[in-house]
Amino acid sequence: MKSLFGNLSLTIGGTIVLAVILFALFGTLVSGYEPEQMNMKDRFSLPSSDHWLGTDNFGRDLWTRMAVGARVSLTVALCSVAIAVVVGTAVGIVSGYLGGAFDLVTMRIVDVFLGFPPIVLALAIVAALGPGMLNLTLSLAAIFWTEYARVVRSVTLAQREADYVTAAVAIGAGNSRILFVEILPNVVGPIIVLATLGIGTAIIAESGLSFLGFGIEPPTPTWGWTLSYGTRYLRAEPWLSTVAGLAIMITVLGFNLFGDGLRDHLDPRGIARRIRSAPRQ
Amino acid sequence: MLWYALRRLALFVPLILGVVAVTFGIMQLVPGDPAAVLLGDEASEEAVREIRRSLGLDRPWWVRLGSYYLDLAQGDMGISYFQNQPVADAIRQRVVPTLEVAVVALLISILIGLALGVAAAFWRGTPVDAASMLFAQLGVSMPVFWFGILLMYLLAIRLDLLPSIGRGPPLAGALGDAILGRPAALVDSLSHIAMPALTLGLTNAAVISRLVRSAMLETLGQDFIRTAHAKGLLTFRIVFVHALGNALLPVVSVIGLRFGALLGGAVLTESIFGWPGLGQLAVSAISQRDLPLIQGIVLTFAVAFAIVNLLVDLLYAVIDPRIRLE
Repeated sequence: MKSLFGNLSLTIGGTIVLAVILFALFGTLVSGYEPEQMNMKDRFSLPSSDHWLGTDNFGRDLWTRMAVGARVSLTVALCSVAIAVVVGTAVGIVSGYLGGAFDLVTMRIVDVFLGFPPIVLALAIVAALGPGMLNLTLSLAAIFWTEYARVVRSVTLAQREADYVTAAVAIGAGNSRILFVEILPNVVGPIIVLATLGIGTAIIAESGLSFLGFGIEPPTPTWGWTLSYGTRYLRAEPWLSTVAGLAIMITVLGFNLFGDGLRDHLDPRGIARRIRSAPRQ
Repeated sequence: MLWYALRRLALFVPLILGVVAVTFGIMQLVPGDPAAVLLGDEASEEAVREIRRSLGLDRPWWVRLGSYYLDLAQGDMGISYFQNQPVADAIRQRVVPTLEVAVVALLISILIGLALGVAAAFWRGTPVDAASMLFAQLGVSMPVFWFGILLMYLLAIRLDLLPSIGRGPPLAGALGDAILGRPAALVDSLSHIAMPALTLGLTNAAVISRLVRSAMLETLGQDFIRTAHAKGLLTFRIVFVHALGNALLPVVSVIGLRFGALLGGAVLTESIFGWPGLGQLAVSAISQRDLPLIQGIVLTFAVAFAIVNLLVDLLYAVIDPRIRLE
């Protein structure tokens, strides 16, 4: 039952993720419209053979605009998670292996970052740096890296005393060989699971900030901003914000299902899950 | 227990100091000059220098951080650039509305999360399980701002059941009135709170229900449950007394974390529902680049979050002796 469920998650999630990536890459090429191309005679149209996802308040093709939004959301999410993984892994592995004062100081820094409600911290950083794709990516990375630092540190701590590490020390392996060849492979599985789920979280955070107008500035047709201006016409034309909302939800659902499915294969010991919901000491 | 509480408190103080330092540090990332933000682009160099001096911006950063600590210790968060009042006053007026929604949302999420999680674990592998976990998966993937808009469309625009924006009478006062036999204010108050609280509460319920389900399944598989069955106890009693009691522990621990998500979600829901709380104040402060106000709000959110986590940890130690004896 469980593995069947897991495989189903993997298949459905993987299909959605693949579809969204293809949509982001090629969506604008196949629609036959430009994202800014207006047509005031054809405003707020519902999906049809002319406009596969309908049109917005200026008669712009929503399929094309959603594809541009997909590109923005995926780029920001992938880059912010990638930065967080690299920084978090480096901090976590060194901290867990060295221990002592270095570990104590870095973990207190992690605690301070975890002391902020995540979206609030990202908002504060974007508020300071100003809107834009790079600033948004950095602010999201700043809230995500702690998770990876904690996972990698705890795995490193557990493996440091393992027999194979002692053996590696005995045959004269250096610190960097032990860290990267012996210990790092242990964290790859949980990290991939966490990162896949993290992309979903990042897409929600990015579109939330863009929804408020603090993420990526208009006129870029991000999903969050489309949803936001769509609500101005909510009473008469609910379709506009629905398209954007569905795009966000289906994409996030895809990454979440894919991550849950991967967990059964890549993280059988449930390290990622335990860290995600561990009580904070 | 006292020893544990003291140790936990000893961690709290450096955390708060660190949070203040990071908040201060983030505000130093602001490109350009806050004085120029305040005066606009066409200000003369002299005027900028004058305002820099009056704001204390000409001093080195460590002096400013030090004096920020001192000011905070006296409850002084500076003067808002645009609200024409001290930051602390602007924040104080907004705390209660935000807490109202957060508390109601937390109650909703705990009740529904527990109910769904227990049902899913109890009827494991049945359609009940599948339906609850489908709800949970959708809830986890649902952006809170879109869910809020859907609720608004359905309950306020289509069905016209609830007011779409704004806040009613303060909840605490309305509760008092209701106890004295005047329920009108409470109905009004709750009808306004309902949508923002449901928005935040249901998305959180999804997270909690998954956690309850897995904690319940783990507990139900243990030896003492088999013993209870062998003793001939009623299944009802086993599930709700033996298993649920143990499954509550991870739930208590995650409530602290979810409170952070509630506070972050408040920024979005308050701006959707025109709720006059801290989140809405944060949005307007960021739009106006009102730095002292942004700094104050971020700090308030972080301190509230830290206090809730402290309380949760202490509560956890009260329920589970293993923690405090570590």
